[in-house]
Amino acid sequence: MNALLFNSTLVIYAVVAAVYLIYLLKPKESLGKTGLWLTLAGFLVHCGFTLNRFLEAGHTPITNLHESLSFFSLSVVGIFLLLERRYKISILGSFMMPLALLIMIISASFSTVIPPLNPALKSKWLAVHTIMAFLGYAAFAISFGVSIMYLIQSHFLKTRRLGSMFQKLPSLDILDDISYRCLTFGFPLLTFAIISGAIWAETAWGTYWSWDPKETWSLITWFIYAALLHGRLTTGWRGRKAAMLSIFGFVIMLFTFLGVNLLLPGLHSYK
Amino acid sequence: MNIIVVGLSHKTAAVEIREKVAFSPTQMEKPLNALVALPDITEAVIVSTCNRVEIYATTRDVAGGMARLKRFLADYHNFPLETLEKHLYGYHGEEATRHVFRVASSLDSMVVGEPQILGQIKTSYGYAAEYKSSGIILNRFLHKAFSVAKRVRTETKIASSAVSVAFAAVELAKKIFGELSDKTVLLIGAGEMCELAAKHFINVGVRGVMVTNRTYERAEKLAEEFDAKPVHFEALMEHLPKADIILSSTGAPHFIIHEKDMEEVLRRRKLKPMFFIDIAVPRDIDPKVNDVENCYLYTVDDLNGVVATNLEQRKIEAAKAEAIVEQEIGQFFKWLSSLDVTPTIVALRSHFDEIRKAELAKTLSNWKDLPPGAEKKMDALTNAIMNKLLHHPTSLLKRTDQGSRNDLYVDALRHLFDLETGEQQEGMMELED
Repeated sequence: MNALLFNSTLVIYAVVAAVYLIYLLKPKESLGKTGLWLTLAGFLVHCGFTLNRFLEAGHTPITNLHESLSFFSLSVVGIFLLLERRYKISILGSFMMPLALLIMIISASFSTVIPPLNPALKSKWLAVHTIMAFLGYAAFAISFGVSIMYLIQSHFLKTRRLGSMFQKLPSLDILDDISYRCLTFGFPLLTFAIISGAIWAETAWGTYWSWDPKETWSLITWFIYAALLHGRLTTGWRGRKAAMLSIFGFVIMLFTFLGVNLLLPGLHSYK
Repeated sequence: MNIIVVGLSHKTAAVEIREKVAFSPTQMEKPLNALVALPDITEAVIVSTCNRVEIYATTRDVAGGMARLKRFLADYHNFPLETLEKHLYGYHGEEATRHVFRVASSLDSMVVGEPQILGQIKTSYGYAAEYKSSGIILNRFLHKAFSVAKRVRTETKIASSAVSVAFAAVELAKKIFGELSDKTVLLIGAGEMCELAAKHFINVGVRGVMVTNRTYERAEKLAEEFDAKPVHFEALMEHLPKADIILSSTGAPHFIIHEKDMEEVLRRRKLKPMFFIDIAVPRDIDPKVNDVENCYLYTVDDLNGVVATNLEQRKIEAAKAEAIVEQEIGQFFKWLSSLDVTPTIVALRSHFDEIRKAELAKTLSNWKDLPPGAEKKMDALTNAIMNKLLHHPTSLLKRTDQGSRNDLYVDALRHLFDLETGEQQEGMMELED
C-alpha cells in the first residue's frame, strides 16, 4: 500500500512536471489548467501516502531521509496550490512542480522501510519540530523558485526579449511580493523549529544547544534569512538583489537539510 | 435563397465617399423598410460605421438583387451611381458569408483585431430585428457571425497585444508593476506621443501624474489638462524618486537624466523599480540607466520594436482566425442549403412514404384470408390519403411570392418531422451584450 501510494504520487508528479514544462515552452493556455488539476490529484494521493505511513508507523512520518524528503515535497506542492489559488499564475507550476518531482525522486532513492524509532526521539516534539521545519523549508523553496522567475523576467525586460514566456510570467512586482510573503511565512516557522528543537534537545539529550552541525547550519540559514528580511524592511532590498539572496539562502538551507545529514556526522544524521 | 452583400469600406473608398452614403443610427427604420419593400429582396440588415457601409440581404435573384441594392444605396443618398459604383463591392453565396464572418471577427478592420466592430454589427442587427427587416436567414446568419467572432476572440490572440507605441508602454509598465493604481507618472517636456502615452496611463488608472517643463508656465498648462501636478524643472531630481513611470520628451540636446544620479534616486525610493520611457530625439536619458538595478529604460525605437513584433504576432493569429472562418462557412452552408424547397419536399414525401409502406406491410402480413386484388387497393388507398394530406403544404411551399415566410416553413418542417439538416442540434442563440 505504502509503495503503491508513493509510486503513484511519483508518477503523477512526473506527468504534472512534463505538462507544466510544455506549458512553459508552447503557447497553449489550457495546459495550465490541466496541470493544476493533476497537481491537485497528485497532492491528494501524496496526502494519502503520508497518512498511511503515519498509521503504519504510529508516529509522525518524518524520521528518515525518505520520509522527510517526501514531506518536504508535499509541503512545496501544498503551498504552491495555495499560491495558485490566490494569484492564478499557472507558470509558477512550471518552476515548482519539477522541483517537487526532483525532491520525490531523491526521496525514492533512500530506503523506504519504516525504521524503529530511536527512543530519544519518541516525543510530541517530533511532530512540532519537524512539521514546522519542513513547512518553513517549503516556503523558502517557493521563494527560491519565484526568485528565479524574477531574475528571468527582469532579464527579459532589460534585454527586450518579450516573447511568449515573457507574456506568461507575471509582473516583477507580483513575483517580488510572492517571494517576500513566502519569506515572512517561512522565517517564523524556521525560528520556532529551532526553538522547539532546542527545548526538545533539552528533554532528549539534556542540553539546549550542543553545536551539532545541524544546529550550527540551521543558525547560519536563520541568519541569512534574517539579514534578507531586515535589509528588506530597513533599506528596501528588493528586486534582483533580494531575489539573488533568496536563492543563496535556499542553497544554504539545502545544505543544512541534506548536506549536513549526508556529509557531517552528528546527532541529526538520521538516514 | 441567397445571401448577398453590397457595400464599401476603408479599403475601397476614402472617407469623403464613405460619409456621403452613411446611414444615421437614429433613422434606420426608413431605409430598412424601403429595402425589404424592394422586389426580390426578402430580408435586409444595414451596417454603417465610420469605416464601412454595408447592406446584407437575401434574394432569389442574385444579379438583380445586387443591382437593386447598389441602386438603392445611390438613390437613397442622392449620390450618382456612376461615381459610387467603382467603390462598391458585391458578394453572394459563400463569398458573402466569408466577408461578413471576417468583418465581424475584425479581420477586415483597419487595425486587425480591434474589438469595436463586433459591437457595431450587433447594434446594426438590433435595428433590423426591431424593425423586422431581418428574418430567419439573416437572423441565423448574423448570430452565426457573432459566434464565429467570439470563437476567434477566445481561440486566437488576435486582440491581445498592443499595436500602438502608447499602449505598448502601458503593457510593459503592467509587466513591471502589475497594478498601476498606486503608481505615479512623471511627464518631462511635451510632445504629442508623450502626451498620448500619459493619457493612456491616466485611462488605465494611475495614482497621480506630475508634469515638468523648462518653462514652468507650459508645465502648468499641461498639468491643468491632465489634472496633474506641475513641478519646477530645476527640482527634477527632487521629484524623480516619487515617480514610478517617467515619460520624457524634451528638446534638450543632451541627456537630462544620468546614470550617476540613479543610485541616489533609487536609494531614496528604497530600490523600488522605475520604468523610463524616452521618446525624445536626441535622447533625454542616458542609455546606461538601463544597466542600473531595478531601472528599466525603453526608447521610442524599443517600443516600435514591440509594436512591430505584436503586429507580426497578429498576422499569425489572423491566419488561425481565417481557418476558423472557413470551417464555420461550411457549417452555415449546410444549414442554408437545407432550406431549399425541392429537397425538403422530396425528403418530406419519402419520410411519409416510408411510414406508409412500413405500416402497410405490417397489416398485410398478419391478414390471413385476404381477397384477391385487395393488396393493390389498400396500397392505392393509403397512397391517396398521403397525397391528400401533403397536397396543401406542398403547394404552399412551392409558391414563390411569400418572401421569408417560405424559409420559416421549410425550417419548421425540417424540425417538426426530423428531416436531415445541417445544424439540427444548434438552436438559435440569444443575442448577446
